[in-house]
Amino acid sequence: MNTIAASPMQPDMQEMIARYPAVFKPSFFKRFRGLIIFIAVIIYAFVGSSFLHIGKVISNGNWDIAGAYLADWISYEARPDIKFENDYLSIEFPRFSALGKDPHPDWIVESQETKEIMPEVEQYESAAPAQAFSFMAPDAPTAEKPAEPAKPASSFSFMAADAPTAENPSDVGGASQEAKAEIKTVTTKAEVSIGPAHVTVIPGLVTITKGDETLVIDVERDKAVHPRGQLPSWAQQKYENEKVVARFGFDGRVEVQDYKVKVHHRFLGWENFIFDTNSPFWKKSAGEVFSLIMSGDRIDPEQSNFMLAIDNILNNGEWQHGDVWLKLMQTIVMAFVGTLFASIIAFPLSFLAARNVTPNRFLNQVIKRFFDFQRSVDMLIWALFFTRAFGPGPLAGISAIFFTDTGTLGKLNAETLENIDDKQREGIKSLGASPVLVQRYGVVPQVLPVFLSQSLYFWESNTRSATIIGAVGAGGIGLKLWEAMRTNQDWENVFYMVILILIVVYVFDTISNKLRTKLTKG
Amino acid sequence: MKDMKPPVEMSPACAATERHWQELSRKRRRYTLLSVGILLVALFGSLWFANETNAGKFFDRLPYFFDFFGDMIPRDGWEIWRALFDLPSPYFDGSLKFNYPDGRVYLIGSLYMPEYVYKMLETINIAIFSTLIGFFLGFILCFLAASNLTTKKWLRFVVRRILEILRAFPEIVIAGFFVAVLTIGAVPAMIAVAIHTIGSLGKMFFEVVENADMKADEGLQAVGANWVERVWFGIVPQVLPNFLSYALLRLEINVRASTIIGAVGGGGIGEALRLSISRGHEAKTLAIVLLLFVTIIAIDQFSAWLRKKIVGNQAFAFGASA
Repeated sequence: MNTIAASPMQPDMQEMIARYPAVFKPSFFKRFRGLIIFIAVIIYAFVGSSFLHIGKVISNGNWDIAGAYLADWISYEARPDIKFENDYLSIEFPRFSALGKDPHPDWIVESQETKEIMPEVEQYESAAPAQAFSFMAPDAPTAEKPAEPAKPASSFSFMAADAPTAENPSDVGGASQEAKAEIKTVTTKAEVSIGPAHVTVIPGLVTITKGDETLVIDVERDKAVHPRGQLPSWAQQKYENEKVVARFGFDGRVEVQDYKVKVHHRFLGWENFIFDTNSPFWKKSAGEVFSLIMSGDRIDPEQSNFMLAIDNILNNGEWQHGDVWLKLMQTIVMAFVGTLFASIIAFPLSFLAARNVTPNRFLNQVIKRFFDFQRSVDMLIWALFFTRAFGPGPLAGISAIFFTDTGTLGKLNAETLENIDDKQREGIKSLGASPVLVQRYGVVPQVLPVFLSQSLYFWESNTRSATIIGAVGAGGIGLKLWEAMRTNQDWENVFYMVILILIVVYVFDTISNKLRTKLTKG
Repeated sequence: MKDMKPPVEMSPACAATERHWQELSRKRRRYTLLSVGILLVALFGSLWFANETNAGKFFDRLPYFFDFFGDMIPRDGWEIWRALFDLPSPYFDGSLKFNYPDGRVYLIGSLYMPEYVYKMLETINIAIFSTLIGFFLGFILCFLAASNLTTKKWLRFVVRRILEILRAFPEIVIAGFFVAVLTIGAVPAMIAVAIHTIGSLGKMFFEVVENADMKADEGLQAVGANWVERVWFGIVPQVLPNFLSYALLRLEINVRASTIIGAVGGGGIGEALRLSISRGHEAKTLAIVLLLFVTIIAIDQFSAWLRKKIVGNQAFAFGASA
């Protein structure tokens, strides 16, 4: 437009410009509106992000761990510890390992030897944990040189209660003098394969091979860790003499500490999804389980094998199928009952609120403001209130959804009623029908499909919001989901629940969409 | 009705029609009864189930319900205002219940912002910020999902599935994940709400784009405009008002959503509300509820006014959007 105005013009063109000044010479604001809004948004982005400290929070985030959490969604880890004992190794799995009690997985090859073992000199036992868990290793108190009880090192001891502590050195001294050699079969070498890497552990020496790179680490027991030569790119040592961490991507990692080698080996999949390690059906193939169920010999004399299998699945310690399904059912029930009640209550109220149905302005306004109140007090506030009142559980969720949606549905229904076609009502009225019959035959047939489709839509969207308000205590799967997330351990359970929720939401979406199209078209 | 004539003899065709009609209406009535019956069974089953699995039983808890409302009444009416504006309370006994001035956020010298106003601002900022992010990314994605602009079927399919996943993924899980990575605060809530907003705005946007008038696009195509030019000059001017009004509607929803997410672990006013209700601080609770109520109404009214300015009286089909 500027070019038109600037170039020499025909008189008719000039007249056109004079006639439509708003088009050819728009006001400053109109011309730069887009730019002004854009600049305002940019300025807001800076102000807002500094208000919320977005940059700081994101740069301080623990992004390393995010990858591990995400991997946890679809995989699990086995975490054996290979401990350096006096002159041998002991392999320990955590108490609730996914591999069951006392596993001997084929990716750890142990070489055993029978030899004379000196029993642990007690001083190591109390000193070892003190060194391992404190960062003041050099002056950690030992039994011979008992420290003042106030020293923090002793409080780091995670030894069993009957282990001698620094406070009673006399016992310890006695024990170390009585030490006698013993003949035992022990593990002297452990070979662990983690994906592309291979780790060989013998007392005092750890060798890690990945591809054509080899890292040899000398371990001075309870003192220091010394890698030989340059560290390859996949291994790190943050502080001298402290632990060396070798990472192998998704497959896991190995931490070489001065008293043990921590192995994290990751496997794709959900472990023990159907039967947990305590179940007699654990690690049995589908065929075996089936034949066990079919066979008459009861594993548990109390119940048949079939019932035992069902019971074991529902009470799976790791996945808690029974509880998860119960909570999911609660969420569905919350959305269903809440929306149904809201629809039932909103139906008559909306007739009172519509000014063309009830010609009482005062009543209309009172009911409309009541709807506004219910809508504006958030579902969250209702949920918190009712959780306080009814205790945690679906009753609170039902009440919260009911209260909020009575307002929303009532308002929408009243608006629908105010927009109806009056001809049908007049027709019925002209036949001399009573006011109730006028509504029944003149109004309801017009609005019922719309009401129903709105209710269905809210049912569908409430299934989603019921998940969230559940987390504040209003029952359902939300709370379970939130608890699973708080531990930072059970991301696979979180994913399992998410998948269940997505399935439920998808099914309900489809049903409600089908019904709605039928209602509005047919 | 009273002066109905005695039935006349009907022709067989007429009788058949009547019979058929009666059959149909009977069938219809049967179906209606059946569906009402199923609904009732489902309702009572659900109620029983909900009551059974609740921590407190409905009828046992009902008396306490009114007690609870009684507990919500503060010592005197001014307490609510003192809590809202962080003024010292005459009942202050060193407990958390009456320590209103402790929450003051000092700006310059002795000028302060009351704690809950600050928290409310935080929540509103979460909502605005996530709506902005959702708007920009949804804006970019929607043209790729629209069948009248993107001819590559696979691209449309991929973008639509991405939008669907972003929309359906529970916000609370996204928030929980980012709480674990970023620690508790406003940012995880913002990311969670923003991700959901991208999905839902993207979906609404591409539906708007698909309904756009393609004549402008044809004209641009005829003069040899490339794809970006066609979108920018042919489609965007048509759909932008609708986009903006959808974004404003989303902003209203996001204020509520960020309150809720805040209560679960994202800071802001939601967290303050949850804490004060669970600790039984009646004046603080009422102050927050009042503040939330006023803010939500104000934002709704403002957004309704702005939407009316942008798109006129065009009503939203409320049920048609997700």
